[in-house]
Amino acid sequence: MYHNNCDFAAPPTKSMLTEWQLSVLVLLYISPICNEDENLSIAAAMLTRTSRLVSGARRLDPGRLLHAGSQAPQSLAAPLDNQAPDDSPRAVSRTSEKDPARHGEQHEGLHYNIPLQDMRTLFPHSLPPRFSMQVKTFSEACLMVRKPALELLHYLKNTNFAHPAVRYVLYGEKGTGKTLSLCHVIHFCAKQDWLILHVPDAHLWVKSCRSLLPSTYNKQRLDQPAEASIWLKNFKTTNERFLSQIKVQEKYVWNKRESTEKGSPLGEVVEQGIMRVKNATDAVGVVLRELKGQSSLGGFRLLVAVDGVNALWGKTTLKREDKSLVAPEELALVHNLRKMVKNDWHGGTIVLTLSQTGSLFKPRKAYLPQELLGKEGFDALDPFIPILVSNYSPKEFESCIQYYLENSWLQHEKAHTEEGKKELLFLSNANPGQLERLCAHL
Amino acid sequence: MAAPCVFWGAAVSHRLFLGGRISLALRQGVWKAAAAELQVGTGILRLRHTTGVTAKKNVAALRRETYTVDFIKKQIEEFNIGKRHLANMMGEDPETFTQEDIDRAIAYLFPSGLFEKQARPIMKHPEQIFPKQRAIQWGEDGRPFHFLFYTGKQSYYSLMHEAYGKLLDVEKRQNQLQAKGLFSEKTKTKDLIGSRWLIKEELEEMLVEKLSDQDYAQFIRLLERLLTVECSAEEEEFVQRFRRSVTVQSRKQLIEPLQYDGQGMAFSTSEGKRKSAKAEAVVYEHGSGRIKVNGIDYLLYFPVTQDREQLMFPFHFLDRLGKHDVTCTVSGGGRSSQAGAIRLAMAKALCSFVTEEEVEWMRQAGLLTADPRVRERKKPGQEGARRKFTWKKR
Repeated sequence: MYHNNCDFAAPPTKSMLTEWQLSVLVLLYISPICNEDENLSIAAAMLTRTSRLVSGARRLDPGRLLHAGSQAPQSLAAPLDNQAPDDSPRAVSRTSEKDPARHGEQHEGLHYNIPLQDMRTLFPHSLPPRFSMQVKTFSEACLMVRKPALELLHYLKNTNFAHPAVRYVLYGEKGTGKTLSLCHVIHFCAKQDWLILHVPDAHLWVKSCRSLLPSTYNKQRLDQPAEASIWLKNFKTTNERFLSQIKVQEKYVWNKRESTEKGSPLGEVVEQGIMRVKNATDAVGVVLRELKGQSSLGGFRLLVAVDGVNALWGKTTLKREDKSLVAPEELALVHNLRKMVKNDWHGGTIVLTLSQTGSLFKPRKAYLPQELLGKEGFDALDPFIPILVSNYSPKEFESCIQYYLENSWLQHEKAHTEEGKKELLFLSNANPGQLERLCAHL
Repeated sequence: MAAPCVFWGAAVSHRLFLGGRISLALRQGVWKAAAAELQVGTGILRLRHTTGVTAKKNVAALRRETYTVDFIKKQIEEFNIGKRHLANMMGEDPETFTQEDIDRAIAYLFPSGLFEKQARPIMKHPEQIFPKQRAIQWGEDGRPFHFLFYTGKQSYYSLMHEAYGKLLDVEKRQNQLQAKGLFSEKTKTKDLIGSRWLIKEELEEMLVEKLSDQDYAQFIRLLERLLTVECSAEEEEFVQRFRRSVTVQSRKQLIEPLQYDGQGMAFSTSEGKRKSAKAEAVVYEHGSGRIKVNGIDYLLYFPVTQDREQLMFPFHFLDRLGKHDVTCTVSGGGRSSQAGAIRLAMAKALCSFVTEEEVEWMRQAGLLTADPRVRERKKPGQEGARRKFTWKKR
């Protein structure tokens, strides 16, 4: 059982014993009011855990202020402010600021918690697999606030929705945190009540597709019913509220018996796509077209978030029945998505990520936009604002290690010593992905 | 035929003495005269006539090839003449031509690609080439020269006898001093550190005789007893003959000199090899732990953790993990051998920044030794270096 968000902050002048008593009291009062889905039995386990932790902390650094992070609003301990107290320079790795809108420079390097409910809404099956494993293990989703994300949030807060949609491209070496920065931005937009169009991995659309059907709409293109229906389901989960608000502006005829009238809610189109898998791709195309058209009207703000956008302009590994290679533009999904990331609409933003990990036929060390997008993609995306995501700074690295230590993830006896940290720093070279892989086996 | 008659008479009169003489002659070999004498007779006695003037029959020696003293002497003369010729050929002074010069000259004149060093052409003093052999230990009359010959291990027992004699001398002297009252209890500590006793093989080589383990142990015990009592200079010298010095193991590690670049930052360069990978590393004195390999960051160049752990080893050992910047170039080999080559190069370069003691620690840890393992060749009749073809019964 991993301890999460226990609250035993106390002024350093008090003795450790009373601090423990305080923490016990706090837990007894707080645990029933906890927002997360934990029951009292778990709270009891948490009690024993915290007692061990406190005594453990005493062994490590007696008299040190333990981290402050709180889930519940009230506490019997000293009043907590929204920002993490920085008095003890080493201990802090979390912040209690839940709202990404209020994240600023002072939160840089700290982890903030995303409620699991939000996670299920925003990212149904669309997190990177290793991160979702970590979420499951720690039973909490903590993202680190980092500079590229903060920069993006700053731009987003100051966007002028009358202008055409600005494109931001997150690029960087493998494992530096582009996808999770995108998730941070998506969380922010969700909190701000935007409509989120999230394609978790565009590479999945250009490789390993079992069923390729000729498109019902356009004879030259190809449909991908499976991927389209999955995406529609996720879209529905994420944007439940908007589906009834937005009305379609044209009549769409699916087949001889089914059609969607003008003025009916978008939800119907989505339902149609989910139920009739054959029309799923066309449903996706309809959704995209409608949203693009209507976001300019100002009823809602649209965020287009695509991960691995270099897949749209690369090569595919799909083949037709006559073994001829399929070009990306012959796939209907890719074609529609390309139209979506063009900046000929306003009322929203486009945030893109480049990714070499899933890409096809690209060298391992390529990470620059020119290399990964190719000439065609670069010209299509030009002009865009590139944002570099780099490895951890020393402060961020320290914070990450602290987070792992707090969750008792690092069990090696040398993990909390300076030498251990230096070893980890050397071996991972402060690369977040590498560090996570290293720590997984420690 | 007056002569035969004389002989015949002589033979008759000497008949009684012949028995003894015959046995002697049989054992030894025969004077020619005696042989002729007895043979001319009608063959009463048949004697074996050994040929060769110099061949004193030595049964034991016939089993093993012996090099006679004359032969060895001839070889030595030939060696010396040959040495002078060689010096002439190489254009050097024959007077000051040493054994190293000879080795170099032979390696130059007869270059050999054989892997086994002992199979290559050599030219050394005959004493080093021909094994030491014992000279014949009995005289012409058959009597052995040494009084302990019949013990079987004459040199060993004579050595023991000598050592024990010295011990008795020392004790006698001490008793005399004590009787006079001048005996002082001073025990001077002998410098035994840095030297060791001869090992059994070395003692055997010295005595040219086989020993058993118990003999050897007995001898060493006697010498140690000699050391415990106070003895004079000649006895010391006698004991020192059987001690060899133990030189310090470590070959002196070559430490690269420091160089300084334009900004005044000290750096040190060195090379390393592993299998077929060659690497050259430049380690800067102050840095933040960045390593660039062929211009690429080491995290990208070595995606496997194992290789990065190899790079970490020298720094982690010396506890200097984030303190140096390194730039290196590497070529050849595979990923693991490239990592090993860079590791060796970095460790050697780090020697310049580090104390002598730490250099010795690194050497003992194996950081400064080039890994000698190379790919073993494939042999004909086998599938690989060691793997044989599948054995089929029929």
